[in-house]
Amino acid sequence: MELVTPSIGLVVWSTLSFLILMFLLTKFAWKPITAALKEREDSIEGALKQAEAARDQMQLLKNDNERLLNEARAERDRLLKEASEMKDQILAKAKSDAKTEGDKMIIAAKDAIEREKLNAMNELKSQVATLSIDMAEKLLRKQLADRGQQEAFVNDNLNSISLN
Amino acid sequence: MNPITTRLSGKNILFSTVFLVSFSLLNNVVNAQNEHNHASESVETTIENSDSSTKTETIAVDKHSNSGEEKFNTQELIMEHIADAHDWHLWGHTSVHLPIILYTSKGFEFFSSGKFEHGHATHQGTHFNYRIVKNPGEQKENIKAVDASGNVDESISVIDLSITKNIASLLLSVILLLIIFISIANGYKKRGIGAPKGLGAWLEPIVIFVRDDIARPNLGENYARFMPYLLTVFFFIWMNNVLGLVPFFPGGANVTGNIAVTLVLALITFILTNINGTKTYWGHIFSPHVPKWLWPLMIPVEIIGLFTKPFALMIRLFANITAGHILILSLVCLIFIFKSLAVAGISVPFIVFISVIEMVVAFIQAFIFTILSALYIGMALEKPQHDDHH
Repeated sequence: MELVTPSIGLVVWSTLSFLILMFLLTKFAWKPITAALKEREDSIEGALKQAEAARDQMQLLKNDNERLLNEARAERDRLLKEASEMKDQILAKAKSDAKTEGDKMIIAAKDAIEREKLNAMNELKSQVATLSIDMAEKLLRKQLADRGQQEAFVNDNLNSISLN
Repeated sequence: MNPITTRLSGKNILFSTVFLVSFSLLNNVVNAQNEHNHASESVETTIENSDSSTKTETIAVDKHSNSGEEKFNTQELIMEHIADAHDWHLWGHTSVHLPIILYTSKGFEFFSSGKFEHGHATHQGTHFNYRIVKNPGEQKENIKAVDASGNVDESISVIDLSITKNIASLLLSVILLLIIFISIANGYKKRGIGAPKGLGAWLEPIVIFVRDDIARPNLGENYARFMPYLLTVFFFIWMNNVLGLVPFFPGGANVTGNIAVTLVLALITFILTNINGTKTYWGHIFSPHVPKWLWPLMIPVEIIGLFTKPFALMIRLFANITAGHILILSLVCLIFIFKSLAVAGISVPFIVFISVIEMVVAFIQAFIFTILSALYIGMALEKPQHDDHH
């Protein structure tokens, strides 16, 4: 029975020392330790949260960049396409313009040529007439200056004319 | 008698039987041990009505069969190690004398335990004369006032508040705990929230373990209020368990295997549980959720339940640690019983094995005491539930 009979001295001393130990440890050890642990955990948690936020931010930025890049690519493609379309249009327009202009010019040239030809013909005609008249006049004058010749001529003409 | 003590006396019977079988006894055991045998012999022979009769008979038989030869009393040796003492016995005749503090009807008395000369002498104090008296078959040292002729005077009450072996060991553990944890706390002040170093790195996970696996799951959001108690009780029990396993001087005392210490710890848990009891907690006890005609049965059961919980805490720690000490000591005693070095070849590996297990038990028992304390306090903090039928 001695083992299960608590002795009063041990009860008193262990109560006293346990309570003093608890008081001292609470004041000088548990409070600073648990506070430090909490502080560290909070700081780790904070750091993790910040990292998470930063990662989200990065993801957002990356997505943004991707989007911008895609937009830029689309814009470039659109611009290129537009440019090439415009080039074709311009070329086609230029071609057709040139053609109409050319046609117009050809027509005008043809007209002018025709007109010039006509003018030239007319002028030639009048020149020929004047020259013929002049020649005839000169001839007549020459012919008429020499009597023998006139007669010869007349005779020739007369000879050539056969009265049949 | 509760099952624990039956188990213990069962062990004692076992030791006595082993002892009977081995008639070869040691002549030259520790000298101090022999002195104790001489001192207690006269007391032992007077036993007539001891409840542990088997024990007494065994001793008596041995005395007859080995008259003249010094006997090696296993039970006595083990009990002497398990029980408290006013001297801290080191080896042979060497022991540390511890202060004796007595409170008598005439006031306090202070003197050294050396004055008793290992229980042989009567010390003449300021108020009375004192001597150490042991009950038949026990190792517990009771200090009694004696009259001039040396007879115990029971009319004078002597309250023994001496710094015994267990109290000295307990104070040592208190000092060690203070040094360890205050230095760790100072480490935090120095390093701030940086990673702990040295002892702190080793004990910090255990502090976190107490917080996250003992306090939080059982106490919920109120855990911080009880952290100082849980941490103190955990490290106090653990430190004393481990110190008890150290086989030489400042260790080896059976502090947490002493019923008085476990009684105090269980009592603190009991007080903390009941002063924090909520209305719901007391409601479960005084108006349990059973038909009213069952109340005369249930209420007493619930009230008994209040006390059995801390009682179980007290017995569990005491029995586990004491059993561990008895186991290791009995393995050591085997060598002396058989007086053979060959036995040491078997005994020593076993002692090492059991010691390793006891190291684990030291931690586990501290853990169990703490988690059950947290659980009981947590139960008292219970908030009313929505499905309450009140």
